[in-house]
Amino acid sequence: MSKLDSKVPEGPLKDKWTNYKDHINLVNPANKRLIDVIVVGTGLAGGSAAASLAELGYNVKAFCFQDSPRRAHSIAAQGGINAAKNYQGDGDSTYRLFYDTVKGGDYRSREANVYRLAEVSANIIDQCVAQGVPFAREYGGLLDNRSFGGVLVSRTFYAKGQTGQQLLLGAYSALSRQIARGKVTMYNRHEMLELVIVDGKARGIIARNLVTGEIERHSAHAVVLCTGGYGNVFFLSTNAMGSNVTAAWKAHKQGAFFANPCYTQIHPTCIPVSGDYQSKLTLMSESLRNDGRIWVPKKIEDVKAIREGKLKPKDIKEEDRDYYLERRYPSFGNLVPRDVASRAAKERCDAGFGVNKTGEAVFLDFSSAIERYGKTEANIQGIENPSKEKIIELGKKVVEAKYGNLFQMYEKITDDNPYETPMKIYPAVHYTMGGLWVDYNLMTTIPGCYACGEANFSDHGANRLGASALMQGLADGYFVLPYTIGDYLSKDIRTGKIPTNSPEFDAAEAKVKEQLSKLIDNNGTKSVDYFHKRLGKIMWDKCGMARNEKGLNEALVEIAQLREEFWKDVKVPGKMNEFNPELEKAGRVADFLELGELFAKDALHRNESCGGHFREEYQTEEGEAKRDDVNFAYAAAWEYKGKPGDAVLHKEELKFENIELKQRSYK
Amino acid sequence: MNLTLKIWRQKNSKDKGKMETYPVKDISPDMSFLEMMDVLNNQLIESGQDPVAFDHDCREGICGMCSMFINGEAHGPGRGITTCQLHMRSFKDGDTIYIEPWRAAAFPVIKDLVVDRSSFDRVIQAGGYVSVNTSGNTQDANAIPVPKEDADKAFDAATCIGCGACVATCKNSSAMLFVSAKISQLALLPQGKVEAKQRALNMVKQMDEEGFGNCSNTGACEVECPKGISLENIARMNREYLKASTS
Ligand SMILES: Cc1cc2nc3c(=O)[nH]c(=O)nc-3n(C[C@H](O)[C@H](O)[C@H](O)COP(=O)(O)OP(=O)(O)OC[C@H]3O[C@@H](n4cnc5c(N)ncnc54)[C@H](O)[C@@H]3O)c2cc1C
Ligand code: SF4
Ligand code: FES
Repeated sequence: MSKLDSKVPEGPLKDKWTNYKDHINLVNPANKRLIDVIVVGTGLAGGSAAASLAELGYNVKAFCFQDSPRRAHSIAAQGGINAAKNYQGDGDSTYRLFYDTVKGGDYRSREANVYRLAEVSANIIDQCVAQGVPFAREYGGLLDNRSFGGVLVSRTFYAKGQTGQQLLLGAYSALSRQIARGKVTMYNRHEMLELVIVDGKARGIIARNLVTGEIERHSAHAVVLCTGGYGNVFFLSTNAMGSNVTAAWKAHKQGAFFANPCYTQIHPTCIPVSGDYQSKLTLMSESLRNDGRIWVPKKIEDVKAIREGKLKPKDIKEEDRDYYLERRYPSFGNLVPRDVASRAAKERCDAGFGVNKTGEAVFLDFSSAIERYGKTEANIQGIENPSKEKIIELGKKVVEAKYGNLFQMYEKITDDNPYETPMKIYPAVHYTMGGLWVDYNLMTTIPGCYACGEANFSDHGANRLGASALMQGLADGYFVLPYTIGDYLSKDIRTGKIPTNSPEFDAAEAKVKEQLSKLIDNNGTKSVDYFHKRLGKIMWDKCGMARNEKGLNEALVEIAQLREEFWKDVKVPGKMNEFNPELEKAGRVADFLELGELFAKDALHRNESCGGHFREEYQTEEGEAKRDDVNFAYAAAWEYKGKPGDAVLHKEELKFENIELKQRSYK
Repeated sequence: MNLTLKIWRQKNSKDKGKMETYPVKDISPDMSFLEMMDVLNNQLIESGQDPVAFDHDCREGICGMCSMFINGEAHGPGRGITTCQLHMRSFKDGDTIYIEPWRAAAFPVIKDLVVDRSSFDRVIQAGGYVSVNTSGNTQDANAIPVPKEDADKAFDAATCIGCGACVATCKNSSAMLFVSAKISQLALLPQGKVEAKQRALNMVKQMDEEGFGNCSNTGACEVECPKGISLENIARMNREYLKASTS
């Protein structure tokens, strides 16, 4: 078994990044012009990386499958971005953000990376404000903050419920500036379908022009994958429809180790599934848990009456409500981390207390917040003895200012008005902590192939805290990669252009074309969605919120069978050399069908519960996750060996030198 | 519900294109409009026909990808929503629904309901940014307080999703609402003020070059804009432009 070298610099935690930057090789500006870098993906990670590398002087080629870089899935992030600014003076610091993140991740992340993330976080906010990102402000003109789950400070910066949009548009504007300067060549509506390796180094990609169907060769001195997460392996998730694993998976099959694929975040507050035609799930931001209280009725007869429409949630008296998070976790209450909140909702619904027809929903109630804010507002406005109606009216306004767009989104989908009646919510797949294994430099196990943002196995361990993905994506792209990649590229200043007429490019292109023709000429009978939905069901039932050995073993067999069936019976209409969205989907689902198997294998091998990975066999008496630090304090990095199920495990032992390993408690 | 769909079919940018009729059955009122389109497409695929191409990604009204002209309205009936946020409960059993792509010279059709909006990207590239490097060597974020009112207004303008409904709705195919939203956002913030003049000149020039039409103040764009981008932005942009061209 080969040892994974994380390349974490020596020295005390606090000084590692500074020392590292002081000692790396630099590329002088004139030489940067001789170097090409491919960035696949233009979300927060890719957009910021492409813009920063171009600013430094490299020639960048950027790719995205949407019609514009501004539409990457990052646009949908709602609630906020963390940064250790301590503007609220509530005791925040770099160390505390670092500590919260490691603890929140259930002690399954790499200390040095997390510390660096916390260290650069403050700068992200400065950067974004300078770009014109309109964060929420207080009346005094300074930046406002809110709280997210799993922490006791207010360090989340936000722009109403559209933080991701505003941050992405910031990165997009920086990218647009570089496109205008000719330093970035942008390839919209292009999909990377293969990584090209020459002499052991990543030297290019094969991409399909999605408008014409043409297969193109692109070469560079390094390839950066910022292609997002793979939550759509579950079919239903909060991810955008196009989010996929293809780029990362192709790299994996070429030698990049894939780490912790089973670490999936199931987000507690999403709009429940309503029918089998459903194509995606919609998140209701975690920020709502600042003000919303989660409950189900205490009495099973009330549950029945609510389901039958005989009682309304408002009719249930205060003492007959079970605010189960406040009951079980008094110190964090409704703001426990996501994995904990999701499992608690499942526990109540499994026990029969779900409040909608399917029995899979709990209430998220804003009535107390509306009243509380209304009273404060009445005081501010100097209204004496305000009537109950006046209070509610004022309170609704405050809530609207904070969450207006989320409430509107909810109402559009469900036809229910959350100002009047509690929201119904249920957990849904949201984020994947697993991804391509990277070292401290963000380089995968293929030299010259980097992974940033959600695509890498990241700094979030087994569970990501809210508002930390945006932070990580921008940290990677703006502040980390531009340094670390320079160290690698400094050896390439005399290499010259990488030719695309080499046998390696020929072979990669042939492979891509072969898969595409196979899909088009398959003459099957079932649509791509048919298979994707079935895969999603296996994943959700057997690799979802709670997993066990038996189910995972079944999943392994079922996924392999489904994959075989897919290749026999999938039907892809149209042609290869034209705009063909079904063909795009088919390729993505083919890769999900392979990843799914590795996912189950990883979940099966990890005989412990940690963060988002909950194995029913390993829980405490109170039903909390039970880690096994003696045997499993490592990142599991899988090496591809011809079939997903044959992957070989490599362990990166995680050393905790600055934080004591403890059972995570939010009680 | 059972419905009749009349959909614009066009093989590629060179094809002339025409409306085709498709019946769909058993549509649930809780489905989103795009889920209804999924049902149709699965039906077409399984019966050996070419599915209808349309753009979509987030399906929650934020990416700006979806873009259908439904019964003569950009993003269909209903205000303040994108196509993906439209639900079938807005229609009645037996309805006939007309579905067409955005139509504008600056948005050529790629296939069926999919159009090319890269002209919007080029307008942004002409100046829709603050010229600041991303090195992180910027001053502290709280160094310049911004009045809440300005910040809120800048935010409102910045919520534009670049969908192009404003252009599709306008009888002149004007992009004024889209362009003014970006110009306003940056002009309202101290960080963006420095380059405000040049930005206005450059973006307007690019807008004209892309073949977007003139604004004749009918205000249809504001009505159809899913994000409620206000006409005030156009007024602000005109002021900025005037200031820039007279100084
Ligand atoms: C609904 C929702 C709300 C969220 N809210 C928050 C929040 O409030 N705070 C927070 O911190 N995090 C949040 N997250 C998580 C966060 O948004 C994501 O983790 C993050 O934006 C991922 O960014 P990224 O740059 O890594 O990838 P993405 O933004 O997913 O970008 C992927 C890019 O890769 C491109 N791409 C992918 N595959 C290919 C290919 N094969 N070829 C070419 N291009 C390709 C795509 O076109 C796209 O440009 C939320 C997530 C969701 C789903
Ligand atoms: S101004 Fe409104 S309609 Fe026009 S692109 Fe922006 S969001 Fe769409
Ligand atoms: S699909 Fe993203 S806005 Fe409609």
